[in-house]
Amino acid sequence: MNGEHTDSLWTRIEPLLASVSKPARYIGGELGAQQPDHTPGKVAWLLVYPDTYEIGLPNQGLQIIYEILNERDDALAERAYAPWVDMESAMRAEAIPLFSLESHLAAVQFDVLAFNLATELIATNVLNLIDLAGVPLRSERRSELDPLVLAGGHSAFNPEPLAGFVDAFALGDGEEVVGEMNEVLARWKAAGRVSREGILRNLARIPGVYVPSLYQVSFSGGRLDAVKPRIPDAPARVIKRTIADLAEWPYPRRQLVPLTEVVHDRLNVEVFRGCSRGCRFCQAGMITRPVRERPADQVVRLVGDGLARSGYESVSLTSLSTADFSGIEDVVRTVLDDPNCAEEVSVNLPSLRVDAFTVGLATQVERGHRGGLTFAPEGGTWRMRRVLNKLIRDEDLYAAVEAAFSRGWRRVKLYFLVGLPTETDEDVLGIAELGKACVAIGRRYHPHVTVTVSVGGLVPKAHTPFQWFGQDSVEMLDHKVGLLREAVKPVRGLSLRWHDPRASVVEGLLSRGDRRVGDVIEHVWRAGGTFQEWTEHFDLGLWQDALDACGLSLHDVVHRHRAEDEALPWDHISAGLHRDFLWQDYEQAISEVELPDCRWTPCYDCGVCTGSGLEHVVASAMPPAGGSQGTGQDLPPSKVVSVAIRSVTLESSIG
Amino acid sequence: MKARLRFSKLGKVRWTSHRDVARMWERALRRAGLPVARTGGFTPRPQMSFGLALPTGCESIAEYLDLGFEYPVRVDELPGVLSPLLPEGVDVLVAAELAGDMGSLQQEVTSCTWEIQVPGVCPSDLRAVLEGVLATAELPVRRERKGREVEDDLRPSLISLNSEESVEEGSLLVAETATNPRGVRPSELAKALGLSLGRACRTSQWIEHGAIRREPLALPVAVVMGEPVSGRAS
Repeated sequence: MNGEHTDSLWTRIEPLLASVSKPARYIGGELGAQQPDHTPGKVAWLLVYPDTYEIGLPNQGLQIIYEILNERDDALAERAYAPWVDMESAMRAEAIPLFSLESHLAAVQFDVLAFNLATELIATNVLNLIDLAGVPLRSERRSELDPLVLAGGHSAFNPEPLAGFVDAFALGDGEEVVGEMNEVLARWKAAGRVSREGILRNLARIPGVYVPSLYQVSFSGGRLDAVKPRIPDAPARVIKRTIADLAEWPYPRRQLVPLTEVVHDRLNVEVFRGCSRGCRFCQAGMITRPVRERPADQVVRLVGDGLARSGYESVSLTSLSTADFSGIEDVVRTVLDDPNCAEEVSVNLPSLRVDAFTVGLATQVERGHRGGLTFAPEGGTWRMRRVLNKLIRDEDLYAAVEAAFSRGWRRVKLYFLVGLPTETDEDVLGIAELGKACVAIGRRYHPHVTVTVSVGGLVPKAHTPFQWFGQDSVEMLDHKVGLLREAVKPVRGLSLRWHDPRASVVEGLLSRGDRRVGDVIEHVWRAGGTFQEWTEHFDLGLWQDALDACGLSLHDVVHRHRAEDEALPWDHISAGLHRDFLWQDYEQAISEVELPDCRWTPCYDCGVCTGSGLEHVVASAMPPAGGSQGTGQDLPPSKVVSVAIRSVTLESSIG
Repeated sequence: MKARLRFSKLGKVRWTSHRDVARMWERALRRAGLPVARTGGFTPRPQMSFGLALPTGCESIAEYLDLGFEYPVRVDELPGVLSPLLPEGVDVLVAAELAGDMGSLQQEVTSCTWEIQVPGVCPSDLRAVLEGVLATAELPVRRERKGREVEDDLRPSLISLNSEESVEEGSLLVAETATNPRGVRPSELAKALGLSLGRACRTSQWIEHGAIRREPLALPVAVVMGEPVSGRAS
């Protein structure tokens, strides 16, 4: 091929491909992939997703940053993903470092390695990829010759476990801050990349950027005391970045269309960012406030242009709760009626909630084949759902399920959490009761329906009201799953799936650990523990050994209830939420007190809007049909509240 | 109306699978806005049918795709319209309208020609190996099938094996292999012959009826006269 970069590793990489699984992971060449010129005037970013190609490629955050950087005159960006274990060992055997997919250049040829931290369990992969890049693992060991290691994404909201390995974190929306960082980096590069300390200090001056090495962590009595800046340039609290208007950032404009199969292999158009429903377990909802809707006409244009450009026949309208989008009905109707789209196009509406969808929308979207439907009531009893602030009554769920089965669906999946504050065995068994009732409803319409109940253990997350709550132990979660297995067994058509409680515990460790957990991560990585989010590679034993070696206990980090005044490892990081608000909301959870959705009810001052001078950007002053929690405008349960979701993906329940 | 396309798969894109290629085509056809007919049934699909699957990692200048259209299209324009919409390395070489009574590619194709780079062996040594194999009645290979190791004989599928000079180091094995009783992958052929495998390129698929042997679509002269396939760099 022409235009191969002179330093391309391709001729060394290609001979490995015949003997590894899914070699198309390593070739690049996607529609939308860029071939940037590596010139001295441009800061070279390698954007790294620390999981496999097929998981990482669809990540919209990475693609947005990729386009924004490549549009700049003073920046270029290429991508890398974690090579699967077969490829990694082949690469290490041949001394081939982590490489970019566009030019197949070694990672060290870039000025910056920027990691996307979408989940906690990828932590050991981050270390592995830094090492595979040939960059010293620890920030303090890196020299002027090494690239800077940056990170962003939802898991960066507790940056402490990875603080020893990442030079700087960017918190919150990346659209603006990435440009500001690039300007600082461009000056550093132009000056010959001297003084690592200097560039880190300059980065720390940018709002939303956290440079861990500029902070002193102190402990007393085996517990965290405080994380304090060492120098005046570093802010005492790093506040996340928030873009005010999604309309100004219509990205990705040229979504990557891969040559090989990936997850979520369809066009994605983000219809809004943020969520104000206030589900107390949901970190995504808490840290992305306020709600910022994209104008409906822009959504329609992005869908139309995106489908025409990509050749996809399926589009997903993404957000944390898509049915809440003011323009949802119009947008769906417009897309489906577009003569250019004809009958081929299908619309996916992930992350719909059980209490918010209209009959009209369901009817429109169900066109084409019907896959399974997914609802996420999260709690097994109404009491539990008040604790979670997921205000779905049993009747709401039944009406939704009835609507689904009566319209011809045969499979329904229900997502639940266990290990919740104040939870009793009765609450847990309520999950099975709901499942049974849903099967009974389905049988009225078809003799063979299946209802799958999917259960995961609550992992309390930083910056949520549950950040003080002690996570259930493996034994407690095993007990609860056991109760459900017994309860579900005699019911034909009802099946149970559960997330491995052992994995939940490690997620808990990484979600709420302090800087000492970095040693644990390194230990696990050195013991070969990569791809820990993959069931076949996850190994709790590795983590327990590492904790023992580091003198830390799961009890202390994960299972213990924390006190209100206790220092939290992320207290110096702000998602805009008042700590007082979160504590009060936690107390209200325990008292089963509901909190309405502040999009359509008066502000209760969580801190985000008042602190940042922003407010929700919504096109409609009315809550969506189908009701919205606590606004007193829910449809009566007797009416059919239909929630229809087509081929809904797992992302719908995660929060 | 039906049309048959002959296309290439060269360079990096050779590491994609047969299924990946099908998806690329579906997207390219949608982007082109061509009136591809759709199958009936519960989940309508575009009417496309591919010939023999090309093993992942092999290159080709002889891949075929039959397409059904809702109404007639300018067949001579298809290469120019579609090639820019396909990934780099996948190009439509020639297109022709297909008579209604033509059988499917899968049924009709009887053999394939492969050009296989054999590094580390000079052409005369390779010739000796090939003559030895052709003189025997059997070429047993062991392979895994559904988790169990089975023994198989490649010899009945070998029509001709020739050794030629290569533009690269080593030599070039030109093999014609039958599709019956079963097709032969270049990788298993090289293994059975005790040779290491360089790049492999399918240069032709053949349809044999009695004494007549032809390609489903012959390459236009301009393509044939181009540089030798085996010398292509990625």
